[in-house]
Amino acid sequence: MIITNIEYIPSKEVVEHFGVVSGSTVRAKHVGRDIAASFKNIFGGELKGYTELLSESREEAIERMKEQARSLGANAILNVRFSTSSVAAGAAELYVYGTAVKVV
Amino acid sequence: MMEDIVIFLTLLTVGYASGTWLEKRHFKRIREREEEFVSLPAIMLKKPLNDNEIKDVKLVNGSVVISIDYFKKFVASLMNFFGGRISTYETLVDRARREAILRMKEDAGEASEIVNIRIETSSISKNASQNIGAVEVLAYGTAIYR
Repeated sequence: MIITNIEYIPSKEVVEHFGVVSGSTVRAKHVGRDIAASFKNIFGGELKGYTELLSESREEAIERMKEQARSLGANAILNVRFSTSSVAAGAAELYVYGTAVKVV
Repeated sequence: MMEDIVIFLTLLTVGYASGTWLEKRHFKRIREREEEFVSLPAIMLKKPLNDNEIKDVKLVNGSVVISIDYFKKFVASLMNFFGGRISTYETLVDRARREAILRMKEDAGEASEIVNIRIETSSISKNASQNIGAVEVLAYGTAIYR
């Protein structure tokens, strides 16, 4: 599965379009991380726990998008975009979407 | 009353000292790594400069969450009253963006360039129950391997 955020794949040709595919996860932080983060709010610096949490969730969203594309019979996803939104207190939604295509 | 003031001043001093130290150290590291990665251009163009000999393409991303410190928070709340630019926050988002771009480049490995980069900033302070102030930056793009 080839994934890009440009509109084509160099040296390959798109032969079939399958429309939009997307993946999303909603994640909440656990209490331990919250307590550590509130300490960090005094000292400043990177919140490694949050960075990890968000990148893990993003990977999972990409995985789900890939699965959807695979079930349609696509072998590449073009023009991928990420978006983050907060749905409820303490939870974040990570959303990724793109166009599933078949390339040769 | 007196105790409150003492606690407040201690937090402010600790926040200022550690926040400034961490920021200086972080900026130093960012500058070093930026020099290291100067040969890997990250560009906003939608296409690579030429399509010759491209072996592979891959979506790469880098993200970072950076917290504010107590001193920055206090200065920001003061500036909210008086208006004007909050330079303590400007340096915060600046180093978060540069760090995210650097992590994206590290993710790209042996790539010859990264095209169509997008930078997205979101605040995760609004949704937290205890009002945790932090900024998240995500940088992503397509790495080109020749």
